[in-house]
Amino acid sequence: MSAQLEFFYEKMLLIRTFEETLLRLFSQGYLRGTVHTCIGQEACAVGIIAALNSEQDTVCSNHRGHGHFLMFSEQNMYGLFAEILGLESGICNGKGGSQHLHVTNFYSNGILGGMVPVATGIALAHKLKKENAISVVFVGDGAMAEGIIYESLNMAALWQLPLLLVVEQNQIAQSTPWTLEHGSIIEDRSPAFGVPRIAVDGNHVESVYNTAKELITQMRIDNAPRCLVLHTYRLGPHSKGDDQRSSTELAMNQEKDPLKQLEILLTQQIVTHIKMRCQKRISDMLTHFLIS
Amino acid sequence: MPTYLKELQQGLFTLLTNDQRIILLGEDIIDPYGGAFKVTAGLSTQFPGRLITTPIAEAGITGVAVGLALRGYVPILEIMFGDFLTLCADQIINHATKFSSMYSAVSCPLIIRSPMGGGRGYGPTHSQSLEKLFLGTPHLKIISPSNFHNPGRTIQQIVQYESNPVLFIEHKLLYSEFLQVSNEIIHVNLQSSEEGYHTAIIKNYTVGNPDLCLISYGGTSRFLPKLLTDLAVEEVRIIAVLPEVIDPAPIDILVPYAAAARRVVIAEESTADFGWAVGIAGMLYEKLWKQLDCPIKVVTSERCVIPTASEQEKEVLISALKIENAIMEVLSWL
Repeated sequence: MSAQLEFFYEKMLLIRTFEETLLRLFSQGYLRGTVHTCIGQEACAVGIIAALNSEQDTVCSNHRGHGHFLMFSEQNMYGLFAEILGLESGICNGKGGSQHLHVTNFYSNGILGGMVPVATGIALAHKLKKENAISVVFVGDGAMAEGIIYESLNMAALWQLPLLLVVEQNQIAQSTPWTLEHGSIIEDRSPAFGVPRIAVDGNHVESVYNTAKELITQMRIDNAPRCLVLHTYRLGPHSKGDDQRSSTELAMNQEKDPLKQLEILLTQQIVTHIKMRCQKRISDMLTHFLIS
Repeated sequence: MPTYLKELQQGLFTLLTNDQRIILLGEDIIDPYGGAFKVTAGLSTQFPGRLITTPIAEAGITGVAVGLALRGYVPILEIMFGDFLTLCADQIINHATKFSSMYSAVSCPLIIRSPMGGGRGYGPTHSQSLEKLFLGTPHLKIISPSNFHNPGRTIQQIVQYESNPVLFIEHKLLYSEFLQVSNEIIHVNLQSSEEGYHTAIIKNYTVGNPDLCLISYGGTSRFLPKLLTDLAVEEVRIIAVLPEVIDPAPIDILVPYAAAARRVVIAEESTADFGWAVGIAGMLYEKLWKQLDCPIKVVTSERCVIPTASEQEKEVLISALKIENAIMEVLSWL
């Protein structure tokens, strides 16, 4: 059990360290354009993707997708970093940048909600080819106001496709709290289309993983769609420094930081050891790219 | 000769027979209805499971087709009326064309077929030629065979040659038209590009140089057999040049014909200003500066809604008469 927790902690910490490094490099002028970090939401990426088989399953991600990417394809961390740096050695030759990523079975794009029908089409391909594979798509609660998601839910239910819609309900859409975005709760949406839904604490990585594992096991049997709503909180800014939330609200949510939750469960020695390992991997990466 | 519709149906039949990657999707495309314009009639019966009738969700079904294209299929999506392509624009522009160009080593062989054009009294939202809105979109090819082409051959050529998204525009009024071949007055040649697409070269004379080069595409071809015949009687020598790939346009194929005629009219059914004809004129001016006898004349439909009422619709749409008037105007330059 502890081995699994250590595994989750290390994955989440690698994502956190990678993204904190991006924010630092941005302020130092190494990066241009934009980056959207998933700081505070790492348990969603890690818990879901740990439950997949990356050889056969596919992931469609969004503008806030570094965590999803690193969990899906950690071996391409340098390629991701190069891509964000705008180098031709990046996984998309520098054309994509932070929001437009692709390796093997992973696709991300910068239009909110737009990947949901694409993931539905991929799920249809999985089904037609009898691949027994799952198509996962990540969206935030902000994107859940986009109409095309509901067209997709209808088709996924109609054709009984192996589509897992993961809603990372981080409670904010850029700068707008979700209460100013939605007239009803997110959890009620997919059941209205005939797509069963489960909601769990998205900051509790074991809950996310166990739930995802169970859902995916069911989906491999019945090939039918599911929706998983993960309650989480975006601890970082929308992109860089653009955050007007109160320090009280942020402090309150810092307490529920998914990394802190795990640190309590692991020994101090293991936490220190994992932190050193992640720091080393990131500093090795920076050295490789000649960044001090 | 078979009709445009029959040849298109035959092309899809051949594709479904020979290529297991082909999937047809769209609203109302399965039997017994067989599509609003019957292009897919009979196919769902002959190829069970290969045609998927979809909900009325143009944006969503375009995205689904994109997903299929990313994972090894060649989806041919029918959008029932071209006017509805506005709903698909995000999936075409921000998804399909981006995947094949911004990701490494990804192909997205999506084909979207859609009927465009007016003349049937369908009114403001079912009669437009909105391919105009997609012109110039990077990594998108727009193909619109006339009835001097063979749309069945063309769609097979697309499947064989393309690995990126293609918009395939069919003019509604062409479906019932017969495919055109040479006769005593009109001589049709098909000039092939390196990619294997055809530009129809149509002459209403046999000897000498043309008086005028008429450049157009797609549904305006329905006017040409009669118009060119009438002009032949008046001894006006026209060379009409109709590329089936309209964007990127095969400008190097068009230029020599325009240069030989020295007088050029460009016709398209879409609304005036900032359209295909203007774009082609701009490219020709760049290549033929000081080699033309007079300014290029552009003929289009009016820049207004397309009314349902028959007489009003006729007034705003391009017509044989409007093309003829433009030809006469250009020929009157001294």
